[in-house]
Amino acid sequence: MASFELIIIEIQCDMNLEKTKTMSMEEAIGQYVKDGSHISMGGFTINRVPMAAVHEIMRQRIKQLHLYVHSNGQGVDELIGAGCVSKIEIAYGGNGKFASTGIRFRKAIQDGTLKCEDYSNYQMMLRFLAGAMGVPFLPTLSSFGTDIIEKWGFPKDVREHDPKIPNKKLIVTENPFDNWMEASKVVLVPAIQTDVTIIHVQQADSHGTVRIRGANFGCIEQAKSARHVIVTCEELVNEEELRKCPDHNQIPFFCVDAVVLVPHGAYPTACYGYYDYDPVFLKNYATYAQNDARYREYLDKYIYNIKSHSEFIELNGGKKRLEAIKADAAAGYRLGLKRN
Amino acid sequence: MENYTSREMMTIVAAREIKDDDIVFCGTGMSMLAAMAAKHISAPRSIIFFETGPIDPVLKELPLAVADSRTMYNSCVTGGLIDAFNTMQNKITGDHVVGIVGAAQIDKYGNLNSTVIGDYDKPDVRFAGSGGACDVASFVPRSIIFMQQEKKKFVKNLDYMTSPGHLTGGESRKVSGLRQGGPTSVITNMAMFKFDEFTKEMYLAGYFPEITTGRILENMEFEVDISRAREISPPTNGELKILRNICDPQKLVL
Repeated sequence: MASFELIIIEIQCDMNLEKTKTMSMEEAIGQYVKDGSHISMGGFTINRVPMAAVHEIMRQRIKQLHLYVHSNGQGVDELIGAGCVSKIEIAYGGNGKFASTGIRFRKAIQDGTLKCEDYSNYQMMLRFLAGAMGVPFLPTLSSFGTDIIEKWGFPKDVREHDPKIPNKKLIVTENPFDNWMEASKVVLVPAIQTDVTIIHVQQADSHGTVRIRGANFGCIEQAKSARHVIVTCEELVNEEELRKCPDHNQIPFFCVDAVVLVPHGAYPTACYGYYDYDPVFLKNYATYAQNDARYREYLDKYIYNIKSHSEFIELNGGKKRLEAIKADAAAGYRLGLKRN
Repeated sequence: MENYTSREMMTIVAAREIKDDDIVFCGTGMSMLAAMAAKHISAPRSIIFFETGPIDPVLKELPLAVADSRTMYNSCVTGGLIDAFNTMQNKITGDHVVGIVGAAQIDKYGNLNSTVIGDYDKPDVRFAGSGGACDVASFVPRSIIFMQQEKKKFVKNLDYMTSPGHLTGGESRKVSGLRQGGPTSVITNMAMFKFDEFTKEMYLAGYFPEITTGRILENMEFEVDISRAREISPPTNGELKILRNICDPQKLVL
């Protein structure tokens, strides 16, 4: 949400039943994600990562992004692999058993083409929460004595010259309430407010109200700490339908700027209740990612030479593949999926 | 007695450390398998939970990441990261949590590196990073660490300290601001280590059948006390059956 003015506009939009926030992926990314934008994306390693949006960012050749995530695998790895990211603040870059460290993430840091600053997962989440709360920092008791405190990814001069980065990575200080809650010291971590946050969810209405099923990961805090939010969804549902059970909804419409309907928009990562991750793709991806020439082939074939996410799915086996990973209704994932 | 692999042995040794009513914080891989095995073997009332949010799910299939939808099925709440880490930082609930984590390097006080080998600014090898490991290591009173027994992994000096163990030993955790507690066991493909009550230094608590203490020491850069070491009993046929047939029939981790 950019300003108070925007709230007025949205309320007016709300009055106009014809005017909605739905748009194409190309429009949503084109309008909100620019060279040098500070962005975050939702999901976690191999689940509910907004992959269709990630691929559109790659296709639009957006550069110099400053990326914030807690734990993210496939999305981080592909954005970095395509050269879209220059700085990252992160807790974990990997895909669980599929890639214990993201292959392009590792390579970019080792080659010195990506500047990285490390926090823990809780610290990244507290930073998003601080941004959502509108406070400059939050305290935690995590990481005393470690190199997360000692080693900074962005040196002092970089911090001083970039008004969008806080002047310190974090601060260790005495508990100002003496020993209250049996804590002698606290670690203060600075708030994050991004230009845009992109999340993929199960359901949304055209005004932007969101319903996430299964674990929400950090998507709610990530969305609420952003100036603009792009929601990509499996299903676009009627507002009346979502309002029948408002206790199942998490993000109110006025936080959201763009709603993009993109079924299987998290593929090849999973979407609880809809489909599983695709082990075949994730393994193939690792073979492409191991080698620079092969990775260029990957980018050409799977990203640059196609126009949409449905074409991407078609290249990966289309309907037949989707059928193989379709979630069992009761389990929320594909029972008996071949994963080795 | 059936034949068994060192991975099977490691998983069962870890599972035996988990007790009823423990809340078990699981990472990916063997750590999840150990938690599943404990629930089926020694600690049916233990509670599995994940940093992604889900608490006490029915694990019909082995999750391949902590965000796998398999961690969500039939859980009591699915939640999110903030809830999960609050549960550990808050002493009321956190004091019941046992963490299970792995790392690339460990030192004699159980401090862990899962971030870089070499210089932080220009590393020779980059790893995934802390994830929630630093948080669990900071907060909870007990944790189990899985390691491969190799000289380059049991090091005198970590290249980077991602997760706090007993820092420099003695009272240093408390002085730094950390909660009391810290790592309790280190389980490798050859042995189990524990930490001295006072010095907080690692000592050899047990060795696997047919593994000599000499071979263990050859595979670490620092010396440890071996005077308290005993042979660890191998997995029983019953334990192996549960591990192979119920926990990981697809052999995704084993």
